[in-house]
Amino acid sequence: MSISAKLTDMPDHELIQRGTGACAGCPSPMGLRIVGKALGPDAIMVMTPSCAVASIGMMPKSCYDVPVLNVCFASAGASAAGISGALDVQIAKGVIAGPKPVVFNWVGDGGTYDIGFQGVSAAAERNDDFIHFCYNNEAYSNTGVQRSGATPLHAATTTTPAGKSEGKKSMPLLMLDHAPAYVATASIAYPQDFYKKIAKAKDIKGFRYIELHAPCGPGWKFPASETVEIGRMAVKTGAWALWEAENGALTINAPTLQLAEGKTKPSSLEDYLKVQGRFAGLMKDAAKEQAIAVMAQGIEKELADLLARSKR
Amino acid sequence: MTKEVLQPLAKPVYGAGGPTGTWRSQRPVLDKEKCTGCLLCWIYCPEAVIAREDRAIDYEYCKGCGLCARECPVGAIAMIREGEEA
Amino acid sequence: MSREIATGNTACALAVKAANVDFIAVYPITPQTTISEKLADYAAAGELTGKYLTVESEHSVMSAVAAAAATGARTFTATSSQGLLYMHEILHYAAGGRLPVVMVNVNRAVCAPWCLYADHQDSVSQRDTGWLQFYCASHQEIYDSIFLAYKVAEQMEIPVMINYDGFLLSHSMLPFETLEQEVIDSYLPARQPAWRLHPQWGGTFSNVAGAAEYAAYRHKLAQDTLEALPVIKAAIAEYEELTGRPQPGLVQAGSKGGQAGGTGRTGGEGQADSESQTGGESQAEVYLLSMGSMAAEMELAAAELTKQGIPAAALKLRIYRPFPAEELAALLPAGSTLIVLDRNLAYGHSGGALLMEARSALYNSGKNIKIAGSAVGIGGQDLPVSLLIEEIRRLLEVTKS
Repeated sequence: MSISAKLTDMPDHELIQRGTGACAGCPSPMGLRIVGKALGPDAIMVMTPSCAVASIGMMPKSCYDVPVLNVCFASAGASAAGISGALDVQIAKGVIAGPKPVVFNWVGDGGTYDIGFQGVSAAAERNDDFIHFCYNNEAYSNTGVQRSGATPLHAATTTTPAGKSEGKKSMPLLMLDHAPAYVATASIAYPQDFYKKIAKAKDIKGFRYIELHAPCGPGWKFPASETVEIGRMAVKTGAWALWEAENGALTINAPTLQLAEGKTKPSSLEDYLKVQGRFAGLMKDAAKEQAIAVMAQGIEKELADLLARSKR
Repeated sequence: MTKEVLQPLAKPVYGAGGPTGTWRSQRPVLDKEKCTGCLLCWIYCPEAVIAREDRAIDYEYCKGCGLCARECPVGAIAMIREGEEA
Repeated sequence: MSREIATGNTACALAVKAANVDFIAVYPITPQTTISEKLADYAAAGELTGKYLTVESEHSVMSAVAAAAATGARTFTATSSQGLLYMHEILHYAAGGRLPVVMVNVNRAVCAPWCLYADHQDSVSQRDTGWLQFYCASHQEIYDSIFLAYKVAEQMEIPVMINYDGFLLSHSMLPFETLEQEVIDSYLPARQPAWRLHPQWGGTFSNVAGAAEYAAYRHKLAQDTLEALPVIKAAIAEYEELTGRPQPGLVQAGSKGGQAGGTGRTGGEGQADSESQTGGESQAEVYLLSMGSMAAEMELAAAELTKQGIPAAALKLRIYRPFPAEELAALLPAGSTLIVLDRNLAYGHSGGALLMEARSALYNSGKNIKIAGSAVGIGGQDLPVSLLIEEIRRLLEVTKS
């Protein structure tokens, strides 16, 4: 099956209703527009407290033209499982007309890496039938940018004002080790790649995980117009890797593949870091050069590991 | 007997976050001569305010983030300060 | 109708199997676990009408059943003690979201220190979550309450928690009568929600609300919780009519001297008195109020006290939320004395939760009722009738001083 991700072929359907409460340049509605186009209107979205919820606007209005269940912070994995299982039964009983809508979570890194981890992990282990999207803006941006398990080394947040002294978890790889049918990473800067991955996931039954790298202007301290460019730089430096795994078989996607194979030189990591105010402390640090070298080595190792895994 | 819906529900509408065009300090202005119709502005716009057919911009809700101008590969969109002429 | 002799947890599981449930999520905890295991057996045998899902925590159990209920499904789960406490956040969510989940809580003490035996600290500490709370005093009540709970929950769109004492009821083997499937189906037709979480209905559920909008929802829930009282009464009446089985009322009085066997555990079939029939004409002077399985011992204590020259009658509270204040007041003659024995502690106050409720309910009754109470049976401490009588006599002295 070939999926066309040409912009001219993408559906008109809009999940996002213009005039949202999101910050200017926010990657969450950008990502949800692609999700809406790839999944179509026959879908049900689950959200946990996040920027995406803070963006909805106030009752009785909503910016999302899809049924939404806003659940509690640790609930996404179990609530999506509940919806999916309950729909299966009621469709089988003829109480609700089929076919079954696509159930998906739209949850931030806090609701995925941290407080929601247990529920997402358990749903993956049970192979519950839904897609979990983690839109990863690398912090609790909604509550004013506190550090999360996805915040990278040295990034300043309001709870790590001197920069985070630990690295992030490898959540997509952790999910891959749950052995679901589909795991992928994506970037807001590569909408067609994201679209293709969602379209592929849509036709798979069971637990699917897609993590979207989602640069946050107010959180990372860059202008609203730079969301895509920062996302692109993250991919071109290797700081964010694009890959997908079907039934455990990992494929590295362009342009990450070319970096991993050494065919393209990664863009300057320092250039990527210095355009983000959250690394301003690092940029002024006397040990900056060494710290960036260590970060670059980490990226190199990660890409080498991905490449090795892709050849298994 | 029709049951009353008791659940706390909201309905999708434009402007759930308010008239977000008022947030803008700069507005994107499209030069139709330069536009090649590549649709990058359309797909990147977080607010879905750029029309696919003619790239017309809905200024009632455009927040002026400038992503469209930044990503346009041919420089067909300029960001103009509000209150100034294009 | 057939007569079974089985554990309280089996009575529960049999009723759930018969209630046309669409979705069940569970997580093991003593003494609830054997309900989950029974339901797993039914699922494995293809006897369940719905999906049975084992999740990884009680927080996830309630997250799953609440979300399933949002799609219009009839849902069930069971828990105890720490499990109930772990669900606390989602209990508020389910009630606020008007999601009619039915849950059994097999009452057990809460830690620290750890204790596996029955008291009501787990459920009374969930009082203000917006859930309706039923308490059972017999296996028959456990079985019957499942159907009543769905009837009420789905009509009011408010979740219901059915409570009964761990081990004392959950694991004891006692007789109860089951119903024919046709009778159950006619009492409990399929759930018909006005809205479902589904593209056909649409909507964003539980968006952020401003103060006015939020307050309106929450006040409506509070009002509807009170309005559940007549609905519960009607559900009980319909159940009695359909099954021919007398049901205890919201507050159930044993007759003076405790002979009526209103608990169904001490005295066989007779459950003749309901709150509408007793009250004024009953000549007891001392009333003994409790919830849960200790109602049986309270009946015996009432009988013994009556013999000893203190005309006494037991009152068993079946419905704790909404609190049947008027029904309780109606049962008590002017100038009588009410002794409330709680199987929970109201820390920072005397006695337990039921004592506070009863005082509050009777304060404006104009009946000049003397009230005293204390907490007994904590952590499953044995409640022999002799101990109850001793405690009641001590409390009677308190009311005189």
